Amino acid sequence: MRASHLGLMIVFALFVSVVFGTLMRDEPKEQLRFGAQLFTAFVVGGVALGWILYFFPL
Amino acid sequence: MRATTADREQSATYTYLICLAAWAIPGAGHLLLGRIQKGLTFLIALTLMFAFGLWLDGRLFPVEITQPLVALAALADMGIGIAFFIARGAGAGAGRVVALTYEYGNAFLIVAGLMNMLVVLDAFDTAQGRK
Repeated sequence: MRASHLGLMIVFALFVSVVFGTLMRDEPKEQLRFGAQLFTAFVVGGVALGWILYFFPL
Repeated sequence: MRATTADREQSATYTYLICLAAWAIPGAGHLLLGRIQKGLTFLIALTLMFAFGLWLDGRLFPVEITQPLVALAALADMGIGIAFFIARGAGAGAGRVVALTYEYGNAFLIVAGLMNMLVVLDAFDTAQGRK
Protein backbone atom coordinates (compact mmCIF):
# COMPACT_ATOMS: atom_id res chain seq x y z
CA MET A 1 0.00 0.00 0.00
CA ARG A 2 1.32 3.45 -0.87
CA ALA A 3 1.03 5.74 2.10
CA SER A 4 1.86 9.40 2.23
CA HIS A 5 3.09 10.79 5.54
CA LEU A 6 1.18 14.01 4.97
CA GLY A 7 -1.97 12.11 3.98
CA LEU A 8 -1.86 9.94 7.10
CA MET A 9 -1.22 12.98 9.29
CA ILE A 10 -4.25 14.69 7.76
CA VAL A 11 -6.45 11.62 8.34
CA PHE A 12 -5.19 11.39 11.94
CA ALA A 13 -5.86 15.12 12.49
CA LEU A 14 -9.35 14.69 11.04
CA PHE A 15 -10.30 11.87 13.43
CA VAL A 16 -8.88 13.63 16.49
CA SER A 17 -10.52 16.95 15.56
CA VAL A 18 -13.92 15.31 15.05
CA VAL A 19 -13.77 13.56 18.43
CA PHE A 20 -12.46 16.55 20.40
CA GLY A 21 -14.78 18.99 18.64
CA THR A 22 -17.75 16.80 19.60
CA LEU A 23 -16.43 16.19 23.11
CA MET A 24 -15.61 19.76 24.05
CA ARG A 25 -18.66 21.61 22.65
CA ASP A 26 -22.39 20.96 22.91
CA GLU A 27 -23.92 22.86 20.01
CA PRO A 28 -23.37 21.36 16.52
CA LYS A 29 -22.35 24.74 15.09
CA GLU A 30 -19.77 25.24 17.85
CA GLN A 31 -18.54 21.67 17.43
CA LEU A 32 -17.95 22.28 13.73
CA ARG A 33 -16.17 25.55 14.41
CA PHE A 34 -13.94 24.16 17.17
CA GLY A 35 -13.23 20.98 15.16
CA ALA A 36 -12.21 23.03 12.13
CA GLN A 37 -9.92 25.17 14.28
CA LEU A 38 -8.30 22.08 15.77
CA PHE A 39 -7.87 20.46 12.37
CA THR A 40 -6.24 23.58 10.95
CA ALA A 41 -3.95 23.86 13.96
CA PHE A 42 -2.92 20.20 13.64
CA VAL A 43 -2.17 20.36 9.93
CA VAL A 44 -0.52 23.79 9.86
CA GLY A 45 1.41 22.98 13.06
CA GLY A 46 2.56 19.62 11.68
CA VAL A 47 3.76 21.09 8.40
CA ALA A 48 5.46 24.01 10.20
CA LEU A 49 7.20 21.66 12.62
CA GLY A 50 8.29 19.49 9.69
CA TRP A 51 9.92 22.49 8.01
CA ILE A 52 11.60 23.60 11.24
CA LEU A 53 13.06 20.12 11.71
CA TYR A 54 14.24 20.17 8.08
CA PHE A 55 16.90 22.69 9.14
CA PHE A 56 18.08 20.48 12.01
CA PRO A 57 18.88 17.09 10.45
CA LEU A 58 19.72 14.25 12.85
CA MET B 1 -37.52 15.93 48.17
CA ARG B 2 -34.38 14.27 49.53
CA ALA B 3 -33.03 11.21 47.74
CA THR B 4 -33.01 8.05 49.79
CA THR B 5 -29.96 5.81 50.12
CA ALA B 6 -31.61 3.28 47.79
CA ASP B 7 -32.17 6.01 45.18
CA ARG B 8 -28.56 7.06 45.40
CA GLU B 9 -27.33 3.46 45.07
CA GLN B 10 -29.59 2.90 42.06
CA SER B 11 -28.32 6.11 40.50
CA ALA B 12 -24.69 5.11 41.10
CA THR B 13 -25.30 1.67 39.57
CA TYR B 14 -26.92 3.31 36.53
CA THR B 15 -23.96 5.66 36.13
CA TYR B 16 -21.47 2.79 36.24
CA LEU B 17 -23.55 0.80 33.73
CA ILE B 18 -23.49 3.82 31.42
CA CYS B 19 -19.69 3.98 31.78
CA LEU B 20 -19.37 0.26 31.07
CA ALA B 21 -21.51 0.61 27.93
CA ALA B 22 -19.53 3.70 26.88
CA TRP B 23 -16.27 1.76 27.21
CA ALA B 24 -17.55 -1.42 25.50
CA ILE B 25 -19.03 0.34 22.47
CA PRO B 26 -17.74 3.85 21.68
CA GLY B 27 -20.58 6.36 21.95
CA ALA B 28 -23.03 3.89 23.54
CA GLY B 29 -23.02 5.82 26.82
CA HIS B 30 -24.07 9.04 25.11
CA LEU B 31 -26.69 7.19 23.05
CA LEU B 32 -28.17 5.73 26.25
CA LEU B 33 -28.21 9.20 27.79
CA GLY B 34 -30.12 10.57 24.79
CA ARG B 35 -27.19 12.46 23.29
CA ILE B 36 -27.77 10.90 19.90
CA GLN B 37 -25.62 13.23 17.78
CA LYS B 38 -22.60 12.93 20.07
CA GLY B 39 -23.04 9.18 20.46
CA LEU B 40 -23.23 8.53 16.73
CA THR B 41 -20.24 10.77 16.05
CA PHE B 42 -18.11 8.91 18.62
CA LEU B 43 -19.31 5.54 17.37
CA ILE B 44 -18.41 6.28 13.76
CA ALA B 45 -15.19 8.26 14.32
CA LEU B 46 -13.60 6.02 16.96
CA THR B 47 -14.55 2.75 15.31
CA LEU B 48 -13.25 3.99 11.97
CA MET B 49 -10.02 5.19 13.56
CA PHE B 50 -9.50 1.80 15.21
CA ALA B 51 -10.22 -0.02 11.92
CA PHE B 52 -7.85 2.34 10.12
CA GLY B 53 -5.12 1.48 12.63
CA LEU B 54 -5.58 -2.23 11.95
CA TRP B 55 -5.57 -1.60 8.21
CA LEU B 56 -2.25 0.25 8.58
CA ASP B 57 -0.66 -2.91 10.06
CA GLY B 58 -0.68 -1.56 13.61
CA ARG B 59 -0.23 -3.92 16.53
CA LEU B 60 -2.64 -4.66 19.36
CA PHE B 61 -0.12 -4.96 22.14
CA PRO B 62 -0.27 -7.80 24.68
CA VAL B 63 -0.24 -7.05 28.41
CA GLU B 64 3.36 -7.79 29.35
CA ILE B 65 4.19 -6.64 32.85
CA THR B 66 7.89 -7.22 32.22
CA GLN B 67 7.77 -4.55 29.53
CA PRO B 68 6.03 -1.55 31.10
CA LEU B 69 5.75 0.50 27.89
CA VAL B 70 4.17 -2.44 26.04
CA ALA B 71 1.75 -2.94 28.93
CA LEU B 72 0.79 0.75 28.84
CA ALA B 73 0.23 0.57 25.09
CA ALA B 74 -1.95 -2.52 25.66
CA LEU B 75 -4.04 -0.62 28.23
CA ALA B 76 -4.46 2.25 25.77
CA ASP B 77 -5.46 -0.21 23.02
CA MET B 78 -8.04 -1.81 25.32
CA GLY B 79 -9.66 1.59 25.82
CA ILE B 80 -11.63 1.02 22.62
CA GLY B 81 -13.62 -1.73 24.34
CA ILE B 82 -15.05 -4.88 22.81
CA ALA B 83 -13.59 -4.10 19.38
CA PHE B 84 -10.13 -4.81 20.85
CA PHE B 85 -11.11 -8.32 21.92
CA ILE B 86 -12.99 -9.04 18.67
CA ALA B 87 -9.96 -7.96 16.64
CA ARG B 88 -7.60 -10.04 18.80
CA GLY B 89 -9.95 -13.03 18.53
CA ALA B 90 -10.07 -12.67 14.77
CA GLY B 91 -6.29 -12.66 14.58
CA ALA B 92 -6.09 -9.02 13.49
CA GLY B 93 -3.64 -6.56 14.96
CA ALA B 94 -0.61 -8.83 14.85
CA GLY B 95 1.39 -5.85 13.63
CA ARG B 96 3.89 -6.05 10.77
CA VAL B 97 7.02 -4.29 11.99
CA VAL B 98 8.52 -4.04 8.51
CA ALA B 99 5.43 -2.29 7.15
CA LEU B 100 5.97 1.37 6.32
CA THR B 101 2.79 2.26 8.16
CA TYR B 102 3.42 0.16 11.31
CA GLU B 103 4.07 3.11 13.65
CA TYR B 104 1.19 5.09 12.14
CA GLY B 105 -1.09 2.13 12.73
CA ASN B 106 0.03 1.96 16.36
CA ALA B 107 -0.64 5.69 16.78
CA PHE B 108 -4.16 5.30 15.37
CA LEU B 109 -4.95 2.29 17.60
CA ILE B 110 -3.54 3.80 20.79
CA VAL B 111 -5.09 7.23 20.30
CA ALA B 112 -8.49 5.71 19.43
CA GLY B 113 -8.40 3.81 22.75
CA LEU B 114 -7.29 6.84 24.75
CA MET B 115 -9.95 9.07 23.21
CA ASN B 116 -12.62 6.50 24.04
CA MET B 117 -11.47 6.70 27.67
CA LEU B 118 -12.11 10.46 27.53
CA VAL B 119 -15.53 9.75 26.02
CA VAL B 120 -16.27 7.42 28.97
CA LEU B 121 -15.36 10.21 31.41
CA ASP B 122 -17.63 12.61 29.51
CA ALA B 123 -20.47 10.08 29.70
CA PHE B 124 -19.83 9.79 33.45
CA ASP B 125 -20.06 13.57 33.88
CA THR B 126 -23.21 13.70 31.77
CA ALA B 127 -24.84 10.88 33.75
CA GLN B 128 -23.96 12.74 36.97
CA GLY B 129 -25.70 15.84 35.64
CA ARG B 130 -22.53 17.94 35.50
CA LYS B 131 -22.94 18.65 31.77
